[in-house]
Amino acid sequence: MATQHSRSAARLMMAPAVVLLLGWMLIPLTMTLYFSFKKYLPLRGGDLGWVGFENYVRFVTSSAFWPSVMTTLIIVGGVLAITVLFGILLAILLNQPMWGQGVVRILVIAPFFVMPTVSALVWKNMFMDPNYGLLAHLWEFFGAEPVQWLSQASLTSIVMIVSWQWLPFATLILLTAIQSLDSEQLEAAEMDGAPATKRFAYITLPHLGRAITVVILIQTIFLLSIFAEIFVTTGGAFGTKTLTYLIYQRVLESQNVGLGSAGGVYAIILANIVAIFLMRIVGKNLDA
Amino acid sequence: MARAVTQQRKIINTAAAWAVGLLIFFPILWTILTSFKTEAQAIADPPIFLGFDWTLENYSAVMERSNYGRFLWNSVIIAGGSTILGIIIAIPAAWSMAFVPSKRTKDILLWMLSTKMLPAVGVLYPIYLLFIQLGILDTKVGLVIVLMLINLPIIVWMLYTYFKEIPGEILEAARMDGASLKDEVLYVLTPMAIPGIASTLLLNVILAWNEAFWTLNLTAAKAAPLTAFIASYSSPEGLFYAKLSAASTMAIAPILILGWFSQKQLVSGLTFGAVK
Repeated sequence: MATQHSRSAARLMMAPAVVLLLGWMLIPLTMTLYFSFKKYLPLRGGDLGWVGFENYVRFVTSSAFWPSVMTTLIIVGGVLAITVLFGILLAILLNQPMWGQGVVRILVIAPFFVMPTVSALVWKNMFMDPNYGLLAHLWEFFGAEPVQWLSQASLTSIVMIVSWQWLPFATLILLTAIQSLDSEQLEAAEMDGAPATKRFAYITLPHLGRAITVVILIQTIFLLSIFAEIFVTTGGAFGTKTLTYLIYQRVLESQNVGLGSAGGVYAIILANIVAIFLMRIVGKNLDA
Repeated sequence: MARAVTQQRKIINTAAAWAVGLLIFFPILWTILTSFKTEAQAIADPPIFLGFDWTLENYSAVMERSNYGRFLWNSVIIAGGSTILGIIIAIPAAWSMAFVPSKRTKDILLWMLSTKMLPAVGVLYPIYLLFIQLGILDTKVGLVIVLMLINLPIIVWMLYTYFKEIPGEILEAARMDGASLKDEVLYVLTPMAIPGIASTLLLNVILAWNEAFWTLNLTAAKAAPLTAFIASYSSPEGLFYAKLSAASTMAIAPILILGWFSQKQLVSGLTFGAVK
C-alpha cells in the first residue's frame, strides 16, 4: 500500500531519533573502549599511553572487585526475591473483592514515585537512625537493643530501602497480569474441588510466568545500576560498594579513568547479557 | 449462607489490604507529618503521631536557607524540557513506524530499547568529558539533552504503541481528500493521539524528575535539580529531621500527584508493551 514516496518520507521522519540514539550509543561507548586500553589519569599526568589489557586485568584482580560483585549480587538477588514474592502476594490480595480498592492501589503504588534521594534519606534518618529512628523506638519498645542499621546491617538496610521502592512496580505489573486471568477457569477448578493452593500452583502461577520474567529482567537492569541509594546513605562504606559504585569511585573519585573504563566495559557486557533475554520476550510480543 | 461467607471474606480482604497499603505508604505519611512538627517534636521519644502543634516553620526555613525555588525551577525545566523535546523528536519516528512499517521496523524498535539498557556508569567519564568540552557541564541544557536521550526509547515505544491503535483508514481517507503528509500528522493524527501523547508526557516527566545518576553527577551549583537539593541533606547539621521532611515533601508532592494519574500507563510504558 505504501508508496515509494511515503517510504522515503518515513525514513526521513525516523532519522532524527535514530541518528541521535546512534550517536548517544556509539560516541561514549567508543570513548570508554578507547580509555579502557590506556593509562589515563586526568589529574596525574593525563594520557600516559597504551597499556593493552592491563586495566581489564587490574580491575578484576583488585581486592575490591570480588566483594563488589558479591554486594551487587546480594542487593539484586535480595530485592528481586522480596519484590517478586511480596508482589505476587500483594497482587493476589489486591485482586480480591474489597471496599476502597482504588485507594489501596494508590497507597501501594506511591513509593515508586518518590525520588531515590528522598527515599534513601528518609529511611536513613527517620527510620534507621540508631538514636532517633522509628525502628529504634520500635526495637526499644519490645525491649531489644536498637540496630545500627546502616553500619552493622548495611546490606540488609539497602535491600530494604530499594525493595520498598520497587515493590510497587512488581505489584502493579503482576496485578495487571492477574486481572487478565480468565476467572471461569479458576471457578471451574474450584467447583471440581481443587484447593486454593493447587489452584494457585497450577493456574495462577503459570499464567503469571511471563509477567514475573518481565519484572525480573526489567528490575535487574535498573537494580544493577542503583546509585543514589548508596551515594546518600553509606557512600559505599560498610561493604555496600556495588560494581556500579566501584566504577564510579575509580572514575570520579580516584580519577583513574583507564581502570574505571575497563570496569565500565564489564558492566556494559553484564547488562547486555540480561538485556538479550528481555529483548527476546519483548520481541515476541511485537509479532503478536 | 453463601452470601454471608463472601461478605465476611470481603471484610477480611478489605482489612488486610488496607493494613498492607497503609504500611507501605507509612514512610511517606510519616515524612509529611514530620514536616509539620518542630525539630524537637520530630525526635520526641516516644514519637508523636498526630498530637503535635502543627507548624509551617520548616517550609519557610527550607525555602529561605537553600533557595528551594531555584532547584524546583531547574527540575521543572529539566524534566519538562527533556520530555517535550523527546516527544517532538519521537512523534515523526513513531508515526512512520506505526503507519509505514518495513521489515526493519521491529529491529529498529528493539535496538532503540537496547540503548536504554546501557549502564550509565559505563559511559560516565566520556559524557563528563564531552560536557566539559562543549561547555555544558552544570547547565540545564546539558541535562535536558542527556535525559531526553535516556528517555527517548521509552517515548518512541509508548507513542508507537498508541499510534498503532489508530485505524489507518482514517489517515488514508485524509490522504484521498488531498491532505499532505504534514497536514496528516498535524491535523489528523495528532488530535487523535492526544490521550496517548499526554500519558507518554506524564510518565516521562516522572522518570526524568526522579532521575538521580546524571542529575547528581553532571550538576554542581547552577543547574542542580531537586534530586541534588535533597542529596545535600545527606550530611546532617544539628536538628534537621523536620526540615528534611519539609524539603522531601516539597520534592515529591508534585510528582506523587502526577503519578497517581499515570498508574494505568505505567505498566505498558515500563514493560515496553510486554505486559498489558
